[in-house]
Order: sequence, then C-alpha cells, then structure tokens
Amino acid sequence: MTLRNKACIVGVGESEIGKVPHMTGLGLNAQAAKRALDEAGLKPSDIDGLITAYSMTEPYFMLGSVLAEYLGIQPTYAASLTAGGASPALMLMHAADAIAAGRASCVLVTAGENRATGQSRDQAVEALAAVGHPYFEHPYGPLIPGFYAMIARRHMHEYGTRREDMAAVAVQQRANALLHPNAHMKKPITTADVLGAKPIAEPLGLLDCCLISDAGGALIVMSPERAKDAKSRPVWLWGAGEITTHEHILAAPSLTEFGTKRSAEIAYRMAGIGPKDIQFAELYDCFTIVPILEAEDAGLVPKGEGGAFFREGRAARDGELPVNTHGGMLSHAHAGAAGGLFGIIEAVRQLRGEAGARQVKRHEVALVHNEGGILSQHGTLILGRERR
Amino acid sequence: MSSPGPLPLPAPNADSAAYWAGAKAGKLLLQRCRDCGATWFMSRHLCASCWSEQVESVEASGRGRVHSFTVIHRAPSAAFAGQVPYVVALIDLAEGPRMLANIVGAGAREIAIGELVRVTFEQRGDGALPQFQRAP
Ligand SMILES: [Zn+2]
Repeated sequence: MTLRNKACIVGVGESEIGKVPHMTGLGLNAQAAKRALDEAGLKPSDIDGLITAYSMTEPYFMLGSVLAEYLGIQPTYAASLTAGGASPALMLMHAADAIAAGRASCVLVTAGENRATGQSRDQAVEALAAVGHPYFEHPYGPLIPGFYAMIARRHMHEYGTRREDMAAVAVQQRANALLHPNAHMKKPITTADVLGAKPIAEPLGLLDCCLISDAGGALIVMSPERAKDAKSRPVWLWGAGEITTHEHILAAPSLTEFGTKRSAEIAYRMAGIGPKDIQFAELYDCFTIVPILEAEDAGLVPKGEGGAFFREGRAARDGELPVNTHGGMLSHAHAGAAGGLFGIIEAVRQLRGEAGARQVKRHEVALVHNEGGILSQHGTLILGRERR
Repeated sequence: MSSPGPLPLPAPNADSAAYWAGAKAGKLLLQRCRDCGATWFMSRHLCASCWSEQVESVEASGRGRVHSFTVIHRAPSAAFAGQVPYVVALIDLAEGPRMLANIVGAGAREIAIGELVRVTFEQRGDGALPQFQRAP
C-alpha cells in the first residue's frame, strides 16, 4: 500500500528545550502536544490516535496508555514504539498507516524525555551503553560513541574522510542552531574547537557527539480530508521507507554502507521522485559521521564524497543542499526518541516557509532520515509542500 | 561515578553456554550449520541462513584482522574507569565471522586497520573472555 498523499502533518510543537528541571518527561510531551494542537487550531477531543515511543528516564511499561491518561484522551488507536532513534520516522509512518487503513483520522505523534535533568550524566552514559550486545559486546566496555567511532574510522580508511570533514558537520549545524530560538546550544563553535575537544572514543571528541537534553516534540497527523479543518498549512507525506539490517555492530553487513540506502529507495519509489529532486534534508546526527554516511546512502552525494560535501559547505544553510537547518541533535536537542522528531518538525516549518531567519530558499520537497541502534533500523520520509 | 564494581563477567545462557565453556578452556568457538555449512559468531538456536536447527560448535583458528577500532577515553561505567584509555576493535576472523573484543598487550594502542591479531584469553571471575593481541 502506498502512503503517498495519504496523510498530512498539520501541527508541530516543541517543548521547552535544554535543562528543564521543573518538568517531567510526560510534561515535556504534553507541552509539545499542546503547542502542536494549538498551531493546528484543533482541540484534544479531535485526536483519535496516539503514537509515542519509550522513555529511559521514566520507564513506564505501557507508555502509550500512560500518556493518553496524562493527556485526558481516549484514543481508539494507540501504540508505543521502541525503535531507538528511528522511532520518529516510523511513528509518522504508523500514523499514516492507521489513517490510510481508516483506523484513525487525527493522530498525535509525540516523544520526549528529561534526559538532561532526570538522571545523572553517568546514568545516561551507562544506560545507553546497554544498547550494545549484553553478552558479546558489553564485557568489552565499547560505549555507544565507540561503535560510531569504529564506523567513522572505517570510512576514513576507505574514503579518505578526515576529522575536519566531520568537524564541518558540527560547526555548520551549530551555526544553524544559533538562528533557532529554541535550540539548546547558544554559542558558536569553530573547527579548532571540535578538533581540540576532549576525546571520547577516537576519532570522535566531545563535539562530535550529540547533546543530552530535556526535550519533547509532537506532530499532529491527519487524513487529507480532515486536514481541511486545521487552520495551519498542511505538509504532505510523499513517500516513506523502512528497513532493519541488524541490531549489533558486530552483525552489521558493512561499516560504510547501511540500510539508509534501501529505506531511501523505497521512499523515493513511493514518492515517484529521485535524490536529485530533494531540496534540503534533515539527517539523523547522533555523531558527526552519521550525516556524512546518510547523505551518501540516500543518494544525495556519490559514495565516499560525503566528507567533501560537508567540508566544502555544500550542506550549509546557503549551500546547494542544506542539511539539518535547525542544528540537529548536535546543537538543537537530543532527548531519546525525540531527537529525530525535531528533524521532522524542522522540515515541516521549512516546507511551510515559516523557518524565519534560517529559512532555506528552495522548500518544496525535503528528505528526513532517522536511524536507531547502530545504524540498525532506518526510516526515510519524503515530505512535500503541496500534494504530490 | 558510583562505586567501581567489577568488570562485566561472561554471562552464559542456553544459547551461549558452549561458547563460554570453550573460552574457559582456552578455545574460541564459532557455530556451524550442518545443513548449509554457514559459520557464524554470536551463538543462536538456529542457523540464520537457512533456519536449520542442526547447529554445532567448531573451534576457530584464533587468527584474524582488525576491520576497525577505537580508543575509548570516556568509560561507559564506573567499572571501566580504571581501564581508560583502552582499545575496542572489530575483528574479522580467518573463518569469516566478525566479532568485537579489546586489543590487549604490547603496542595495543598502535594497532591499525588490516593488522593481524590472534586470540588470547582474559580471566574474568571464574570464566574467561576472548581478547586479541597484535600478531606481527
Ligand atoms: Zn544453515
């Protein structure tokens, strides 16, 4: 079943972002949901579907029903999805599935956690280390940045990618974040800052790694028929693709080419367009090597040229194909499953032409990519300003 | 950091009991499918190539090459805080499968992609953990 033209995003919302000790994770979700709903001019009783992800700081067993209860809604479609960083793109796809199947017509998609203040930094690092295989990786102390560091080093080895190329990702995204009123990071950084930052897992330093924020994000997804009731400009889902290729890095088919390729191919085919038609992209960026890989695997640049793409400024806000115009998870916010959700929210704002100082020139079609695990599970979205 | 507990111990379960018993006896074990001949690391109940349940353990040569590696500076838990900096690597075994381990011993931090390594065993608790050292 195609999802082309089956669902529209009519509202987007971000909670307060950064260190927000006066709010719980559920509160962050609720605030983002309220802002998204207000933007669409809808009321809580209009929502008939709810999809959320998971929370490591508030690990409720049934987060979907916990959140429905907290929000005072009784959806006839509710689910909680655990797909790590891939969750947001997949949540939107599940929302579109539910709408296309007639199971729901107005779905709230939300995720967020108080990762910065709801746990200590050591707890955060230790909890995330559990993503490694409990028996065959964990005893070796690998660390999540360590997994991505091995991916970065292999890319450097095969394609001559340099630390400076990865630093360019961090520097450009910080510049974008400075134009975003709600971004976690407020100070510019230079290439020298990135290269000189405290080493975490060579070749990655602290500024190659995403933030740990308190943050929640939300989307209101509607059927095209019901979207007419919303006061906002709808953004259309043109195409979507998903794939899972492995979970643990030791079982990854390759360290330099990932499932992004396949999920993007599925999404392009559904949308009836190709990589050359993409005008800007919001790529998952838990570490600086990841947007480089994804730009290549999604066909936006030839394999091996991702490093040069960023180094030469072609992915900058005024470049040929702007990437992560809100600052991404490196500079805007990262809080569990909400990280990639902000990429979707940014794409919507850019497509509407409502991105203010960071508005890109060409904004008819965008690609969003989310990944979870160690580039294990992937979701690619193609979103358009008009009906396709 | 909270109190530095012991390094994580090998944790055998029904899938991996033979693997960890092998390690304790100084052997690096893989699994092989009696039906299709596939060989893999990471113990399973069945062959992930053909879903045959006719699975056996086979001893690996213990030789391999470094596919990639990192030097960890930020410990993932208090237990590893005293170990930094240490090397984590993905090893392509001579038999084909890939596994993850530390590079230990002389010159570990000078390791490079493509370098030959061979297995060694680190005692952990009353078990042992396969590790690799440089094998020039
Ligand atoms: Zn088999």
